[in-house]
Amino acid sequence: MTNTKNGGFMSDELDRVAGNGLINRRHLLKVGLGGLGTALATNTFGADAGGKLQIPQWSQQPGPGTSSYGSPSSFTGHLQRSAGTPNPIYPGGGASRSPLQHLQGTITPNSLHFERHHSGVPAVDPAQHKLVINGLVDQPLMFSYEDLLKYPMVSKIYFLECSGNSGTLYGNTPADGSAQSIHGLVSCAEWTGIPLSTLLDEAGVKTEAKWIAAVGADGASMGRSVPLAKALDDVMVALYQNGEPIRPEQGYPMRLFVPGWEGNISVKWLTQLKLTREASQFRDETSKYTDTMTDRRSLQFTFPMGTKSLITSPSGQMSLPHKGVYKVTGIAWSGAGSIRRVEVSADGGRSWADAMIESHQSDKALARFSIPWQWDGGDGILQSRATDSAGNIQPSRDAHLAERGLISFYHYHGIQSWGINTEGEIKNVYT
Amino acid sequence: MFTLKTLKFCFALISAVFLSLPASQAQTVRLGQAISESQLSNFDLVAGPDGSGFPAGSGTAKAGKAVFDSKCAACHAANGEGVSGNTKLVGGDIHSEGNPLRTVGSYWPYASTLFDFIRRAMPANAPKSLSGEEVYQVTAYLLFLNDIIDEEEILNKESLTEVQMPNKDGFVDLSHLH
Repeated sequence: MTNTKNGGFMSDELDRVAGNGLINRRHLLKVGLGGLGTALATNTFGADAGGKLQIPQWSQQPGPGTSSYGSPSSFTGHLQRSAGTPNPIYPGGGASRSPLQHLQGTITPNSLHFERHHSGVPAVDPAQHKLVINGLVDQPLMFSYEDLLKYPMVSKIYFLECSGNSGTLYGNTPADGSAQSIHGLVSCAEWTGIPLSTLLDEAGVKTEAKWIAAVGADGASMGRSVPLAKALDDVMVALYQNGEPIRPEQGYPMRLFVPGWEGNISVKWLTQLKLTREASQFRDETSKYTDTMTDRRSLQFTFPMGTKSLITSPSGQMSLPHKGVYKVTGIAWSGAGSIRRVEVSADGGRSWADAMIESHQSDKALARFSIPWQWDGGDGILQSRATDSAGNIQPSRDAHLAERGLISFYHYHGIQSWGINTEGEIKNVYT
Repeated sequence: MFTLKTLKFCFALISAVFLSLPASQAQTVRLGQAISESQLSNFDLVAGPDGSGFPAGSGTAKAGKAVFDSKCAACHAANGEGVSGNTKLVGGDIHSEGNPLRTVGSYWPYASTLFDFIRRAMPANAPKSLSGEEVYQVTAYLLFLNDIIDEEEILNKESLTEVQMPNKDGFVDLSHLH
């Protein structure tokens, strides 16, 4: 292959599969690419003025030794959650967003997992924390943290998404934002815990029980009602996140984890599970987290998160430094199952090509996709469209708004459009 | 000293112990400690729309004004009109043009939610600091400010569940879909 200044490819070698430069997904496997910040004549980096490659300074001395709790490289300090502006009258509330555009794979590092709190992060002492199961049970029970650690556990990779994620896209004007600022209320981790059915079985659920009121130990005693059928299906009391005890901001020492459903129902700092006949009608399932339609009726208990994807690189507020071939990559997920297919368009949805799924395709987990794309210096609109194992296809923004209306705020899962201009600048746009 | 023979013996012993347990028995751990509902009376704060979980006591809007003025008005303003979007407690019309203002009066479907939320989460800077009486009083005051009950009406466990909220029919329960 001839090395050219066109990102490492001769144009006529490229197997084009859709409009405006999309290239066969298998191309990356065969020949690689020059992409963001790596292309052109980079074969002189690390070399001296005479072009001879020299041993770097850090290879000429021993480095520091071990550490008790590792931290990221000092060169990756830009990987930060964005915390937003705290509300002065309610400082414990608010959210921080994951830096999706800087992450790869599907697992969100614990320090970068998004946060959403309703009364701040409580400092729960596990030695004093209790998990109570009461209400319509044969025998109300109380569990200590230490005892819960002795139960058989399951480990599952699941995404968690705030139902308000991407809500700014209901607005009439496209926000000038990044993948992080618009979509950063989604993360994915391996959650390890006790199937809730195990603990419910121990307490003995009465036949008239149909719901479970889950309550947290935070200042707001955040509460949500979970239908018993879901609780017995795949809900767990999670104690570990990516192998270590759950972080305080994710509910240490334990949280409910309700796979595929809006994040708010996975109650953090879980301290009570009360079996009831009816839903408890908590503030966060009536006044909040309900979806008002254009006819002014509001949908309640709209639990599952929609079939969704977005391109994380290149994405909003990035820029393309030169013409050439780029790796377009992103994430896809669905509350209804696993990701079966992701298609990408570079011409605003006129033509589509299948992206390669680089990751596992687990139930209710993030999947990672990619496809090579040649930017010829013109305008374009990059989009991705996910299909899940239940056959759901991610809708366009227009189709999503037609279904949900403009008054709704939660559960946005329309197709994301990143507009590229001739300067290579990338912006969130509507088509 | 360990020989191959002793290692084989240990392995056989370990295998025998594990293989002799049926799978279900090996998985059964039951460490929950029995507790009675009366032991949970201070702990269980869930108050539902069917009247379950409400404490004894009562309150009127008239009594609630003083509590509201001293404990709530800093964020929710003197008459519940709020100082920002999420702090508005009165007014609004769900059928108004554009994005409607959603408040206790215009949006909340159940009066029980008001009691439940105030008792567990308010005031934001000192949650759970109000007495049961005070929660009834503040709940009554907010229902009064929204023209839902009279200033003198006594709110208690029974009367609270009978309060008809203006938007009670405005919700479509989709829980049966999941």
